[in-house]
Amino acid sequence: MTGAALPKSLTDTPALGRWVSLAEPGRVIIFTGKVELGQGITTALAQIAADELGVRLNQVTLAEVDTDCAPDEGFTAGSQSVEVSGTTLRLAAAQARAALKAAAAQHLCADPARLTCHDGAVWLDGVPSGLDYWALAADVDWHQPVTGTSVTLAIAHRLVGQSVPRADLAQKRIGGGYIHDIELPGMAHVRVLRQPFRLARLERVDTDWLARRHPKVRALAKADFLALIADDELAVHAAQAEADRFVRWHEVAGRWQPATSPAEMVVTSGADGPPEPCTSTIAVRYARPHIAHASVGPSCALAQYEAGRLTVWTHSQGIFALRTQIARCLGLEVAAVRVVHAHGAGCYGHNGADDAALDAAIVACEVPGRPVRVQWSREDEMSRGPLGAAMSAEISAGVDAAGRVAAWQMRVTSAPHAQRPGAGGHANLSSAEALDGAHLPRAVADLPEAAGGGASRNARAIYDFAQEVRVTIDTQSPVRTSSLRSLGAHLNVFAIESAMDELAALAGADPLAFRLRHLTDPRCRRVLIEATEMADWDGGQAIGGGVAKGLAVARYKGKGAWLAAVAEVVVEAEVRLSRLWLAVDAGLLINPEGARSQIEGGAIQAASWTLKEAVQVENGRIAAFGWSGYPIMRFSDVPEIETRFIEPPDAPPLGAGEAAQGPVAAAIGNALARALGARVRDLPLSRAQIMQALAGE
Amino acid sequence: MAATVSFQLNGRAVAPEADGDTPLLFLLRNQFGLKATRFGCGNEDCGACVVDIDGHARHACTTPLVALAGAQVTTAEGLPAHPIGAALLAAFAQEHAGQCGYCLSGILMAAFALLRANPAPNRASIVAALDGHLCRCGAHGGILRAVERAAASLAAATP
Ligand code: FES
Ligand code: FES
Repeated sequence: MTGAALPKSLTDTPALGRWVSLAEPGRVIIFTGKVELGQGITTALAQIAADELGVRLNQVTLAEVDTDCAPDEGFTAGSQSVEVSGTTLRLAAAQARAALKAAAAQHLCADPARLTCHDGAVWLDGVPSGLDYWALAADVDWHQPVTGTSVTLAIAHRLVGQSVPRADLAQKRIGGGYIHDIELPGMAHVRVLRQPFRLARLERVDTDWLARRHPKVRALAKADFLALIADDELAVHAAQAEADRFVRWHEVAGRWQPATSPAEMVVTSGADGPPEPCTSTIAVRYARPHIAHASVGPSCALAQYEAGRLTVWTHSQGIFALRTQIARCLGLEVAAVRVVHAHGAGCYGHNGADDAALDAAIVACEVPGRPVRVQWSREDEMSRGPLGAAMSAEISAGVDAAGRVAAWQMRVTSAPHAQRPGAGGHANLSSAEALDGAHLPRAVADLPEAAGGGASRNARAIYDFAQEVRVTIDTQSPVRTSSLRSLGAHLNVFAIESAMDELAALAGADPLAFRLRHLTDPRCRRVLIEATEMADWDGGQAIGGGVAKGLAVARYKGKGAWLAAVAEVVVEAEVRLSRLWLAVDAGLLINPEGARSQIEGGAIQAASWTLKEAVQVENGRIAAFGWSGYPIMRFSDVPEIETRFIEPPDAPPLGAGEAAQGPVAAAIGNALARALGARVRDLPLSRAQIMQALAGE
Repeated sequence: MAATVSFQLNGRAVAPEADGDTPLLFLLRNQFGLKATRFGCGNEDCGACVVDIDGHARHACTTPLVALAGAQVTTAEGLPAHPIGAALLAAFAQEHAGQCGYCLSGILMAAFALLRANPAPNRASIVAALDGHLCRCGAHGGILRAVERAAASLAAATP
């Protein structure tokens, strides 16, 4: 590990004792700033730490992620958790083991080389020495910084690489375990009546009507924030359903103003010399609409304000940033706010979790001492949380006489992807704007390239030809958008890989051979070839036959996992995705079944976005909708999936959760183009869009 | 109107007192503290709240208390005590079925009702039984394999 830069987590929080604790006899407590989102991160991190410490998995406990004690590791996002937090914990655990061994060597007056560690016990020359980690803990300086240099990492993986079942799921199958299930003594139930559009003003609340009809419910209004509160959950639930009967909103024209957007960003500026002559060219535009996170469990939060301190329970992906913004919105000191993470349903990015947390915090401060629980409705979860950003990508490209790409220009235009709490110095919390319109973001930035980019994520194609790629963030719509799984990579890879097929057709080439012609990255070639072999790829498939296969490949963020997909679609009344073959190189797999679940789950979600999903926006407004207004893939829609992992020896782990989004979308698009004999470039690839594309041909 | 309705909950006689139109979902979660039955939509759209009532998969979000008189209600908390439930739980663990897990209890209950009625379902009948259940994590493949595995293990266990 010498020479490698330390993970940022360790330069921010160097002390060994902030990561590993032996304070509880017989148990190893591990601290992390990364949170469980249903991706199995707590299991994977426990596997890594147990291996390095030489203890059993059931001796390891991951501490609750709580701003009072967890190291600040930023947001749990972008498939970074295993890469960043895994490495961090690995180094910390290995150093703890070395320090414990050194302490044992002193006690036993023995050369450390004669010592081994087994399940927390220290053995001397192959027999138990009578010492264990907990007896030695007092001899270790837990303030020492984790350096990542002076330690030998465990050579043999015992747990890493095994499909250890997830302990949290065993509990969740037959009981609670989610934030929704927390009961605090004497807690009140709250529903928030959200603004129906950005900066809507609360015109009137008919409290008399409410008191007559729902006598157990009290309305609590602050500026344009309106909450219903009661002892009994059913009472607020029923009153919320009748909100139209007692609440009126109105629009103040000109109140909403678009934020300033960053200047057009040049991702790469193309060839140095004059453009090559092309024999044939394309100039096409691909687009996706806004997409809802559509978590199955609507957002929830709890809060309690007591003795000058506010505690908030949330399923946010970034509890430290959230703490800062909650404090700011409520005029509290940051130190007076504690944010505790609890598990939510899968969120796939920045959904309503943070908004719900501020909702609960606002109400808790109004009823000091009393814990409150906020539960979002299905409609709010779909239509009032941040959405995945609508985007378009225009590609002008051409091939030369030799059948090679000779020109490539791509122009991406996108709503913002990076509006998490605190981004750009803004609260980015819906109820902050309800309390005070001044919280409206004034300036929006995209995620920097170093963080993988937002709209620019995967905008640079993996191929060897010269490219000119430009990205513009469009802030003209009042619709709130933020991070959704894979950010810009979904549409960018869809566009690039669709264009590659369109160019292959111009060159009269098999899409596979055409790609390989422009591809030198060996790990990318490997997954592409693997996927096509799995699928019995046939370059000469019939066009327009109603059934066809399509392929696509990408490396997530240009620096993460490689994934190639082959999709088979059948054109019936709707487009049916019948089969999917995936080949993935995500480096070392910490938990192979966990990685497979993430890849296949990501693939199904990507297929659902690509074939079915669109949020309807009219004049910057969204009419509230539930599942009936937003169908997603069901059991009867999901394809047979075959996944193969390629694990090159000694390759470090790369996050797998988002690698499938772009390639799966594009493979479906390419399969559809073959099956139909016509290209549909606007997502979703629904019957209506197909009809429109055919009419436009 | 407050009513007292007696029914069996996971094999135990209960007689909660509440408004007759109180949805079973709220009773289970807030009165009995049984949290495996989850709120997802309140509208029979997602299946997160499904329980077994007299051998049928039913939405707890829309089933009122008054409809439960004399009924046998099983929730996911009651699965370990039942051979079919135990087989399902084991199979879901073995197949690593589920990501966030929020949808799983409702799906388990639908699968439980299915296997009680049809011990050897084919893939198509499993899909049909689960089609009203939404899983945003895309865990469908593992879930289908798990239900098949549970059916096979039960068949192997019966002489
Ligand atoms: S909560 Fe009952 S079906 Fe969704
Ligand atoms: S496992 Fe998350 S919704 Fe199904």
